[in-house]
Amino acid sequence: MRAMQASCPPEQVPFVMGDLLLQLRNLSKTFRLGVHSVRAVDGVSVDVIRGECLAIVGESGSGKSTVANMILGILPPDPGGEIRFKDEVLPVRRKHGHRRAMQLVQQNPLSSLNPKRSIGASIRLALDAHRIGPRSERPARVRALLEEVGLSAELAPRPPSALSGGQRQRVAIARALACESELVVLDEPTSALDVLVQARVLALLSDLRARRNLTYAFITHDLSVVRNIADRIMVMEKGRIVETEETGSLFRNPRHICTRRLIGAVPVIEPEEIEFRERVRAGWWSEGDEIETERKQSHVEPTQQEPVRNKMSD
Amino acid sequence: MMSGETTTLDIRNLNLGFRGYTGTTEVLHGVSLNVAPEEKVALVGESGSGKTVIARIVLGLLQSLPTSIITGEIRFEGQDLSRMPPADWRRFRGTRMSMIFQDPTSSLNPVYTIGVQFHEVHKRDDAGVSTAESKDRAAAILREVSIEDPDRVLDSYPFQLSGGMNQRVMIAMALANEPALLIADEPGTALDVTVQDQTLRLMHRLVNDHRTSVLFISHNLGVVREFADRVYVIYKGRIVEDGPTAAVFREPRHPYTRALMAAAPRITGGGIPDIADDQEAFLADHESHAGELPAGTGAVRDG
Repeated sequence: MRAMQASCPPEQVPFVMGDLLLQLRNLSKTFRLGVHSVRAVDGVSVDVIRGECLAIVGESGSGKSTVANMILGILPPDPGGEIRFKDEVLPVRRKHGHRRAMQLVQQNPLSSLNPKRSIGASIRLALDAHRIGPRSERPARVRALLEEVGLSAELAPRPPSALSGGQRQRVAIARALACESELVVLDEPTSALDVLVQARVLALLSDLRARRNLTYAFITHDLSVVRNIADRIMVMEKGRIVETEETGSLFRNPRHICTRRLIGAVPVIEPEEIEFRERVRAGWWSEGDEIETERKQSHVEPTQQEPVRNKMSD
Repeated sequence: MMSGETTTLDIRNLNLGFRGYTGTTEVLHGVSLNVAPEEKVALVGESGSGKTVIARIVLGLLQSLPTSIITGEIRFEGQDLSRMPPADWRRFRGTRMSMIFQDPTSSLNPVYTIGVQFHEVHKRDDAGVSTAESKDRAAAILREVSIEDPDRVLDSYPFQLSGGMNQRVMIAMALANEPALLIADEPGTALDVTVQDQTLRLMHRLVNDHRTSVLFISHNLGVVREFADRVYVIYKGRIVEDGPTAAVFREPRHPYTRALMAAAPRITGGGIPDIADDQEAFLADHESHAGELPAGTGAVRDG
């Protein structure tokens, strides 16, 4: 696989992406309820490059969480679908090592952390379950993990109920890091948080990715968050991928109506955002502004990106 | 309809504390705010800032709690609610003032059809209203919230409808008795972005048509910018800034308001905002700036 130059938010130094970490091939999921059946995911194929942040966006019911659950092995895909992780086809029943290699951070940390267990014990459990490091070093490792996510090691004996929402989400992140996973699936990790806390948690996630060379699959319906954290965006509607694009070019030229609807629904604050959103709602750009020149540049990009661009599979 | 002179809602110097084993926890510190007839006012703040308790006090829902200590004045259409017997206050709820909650699915009763629940709401205003008449009125207002087949919806249970549909039913129900004041507590937060957007536009149109005053509680500045005429920013139980929406957004004066604005990720990009980890700074700042913020410390408008 050839390396690709990723487009990043402007202040970040562009970095070169590595090989493929995860490949989803023709993933489908059908849920059966008596005589009815619902195809929640329909033929999803996508490549996730090591070190990237791939956002999976869509409205409620578009199948984005079902894709996440299939990646993690929580739900088996329909026959015919294939998940390759580091060039190895993952079995339906995951082995221990596979579980260690990918971790999940959920939306609501209050329901994903055991309320009866101290946060230190919750992180310790992850270390014990995956036998990470010698037993004697694990308490120190728990403290180091808490500090890495910006929490005081003093908090370790406390239950989740004694922490704020933002602190709890940091604990959930620390627990995901405990296994030294390469892939972290983030399922709406900041939608339950206040805006100031959200900004801090996003900064932490971005920081950790750079420091630990993590790969993120970031699931959300908030396009303004995605705009600032993702390298590529995969837009889903009714179980299918409608568009997979590098972040900059998706926002320069949102082609699919579903993408435009998602961008057009974002509540915005600044005049330039309002103007941008109105143009998306109107469906096409006005002439003669900087967006126009950027679009011309983007015409060159597809050939460069061809090897990693995902085709919609039908 | 109301005459233009009487303020729909006028809260002055509202304090709230909760008695606990270890002493009293102060939640609100002298909050003053007002809503004029037909005005849409937003109360913005983070969780724990005290915005929802204000709504509950206005409705008279917190007063019955034995641990609550409430002082201050709440005037609704010129009448002093804080001195009103609970039974009289009760008459206003669901008729002159109504509320929309965050999660429509859990605030509708799952064991009754929408039609039966509408009938209950209509009976609040007119105890003798017939089923047929209630059904006609409900169908009419459901059409106003863009529900095309009101008869089917009226015969449905909440779980048979989508979240967005339930939210629209809630809005219709809240406006069914033509209230003077609608309190909307984070409407649509439980819905996804596109449905939230549609719902808020619908609500905006409807309160304009019905000339309803709105107290809109939210933590989302973008939503507030689109919905409200005037904004109050609340932080740790204190109003730290208020003003017309456009002015507050153009030139936020309080450091907390500025931080809230800076923290929202921009759809036009620019990276993840850098927010200091130290929240207490805003309050210290507030206290030292208190003198500079006459409008922010609860200025009462004439009226």
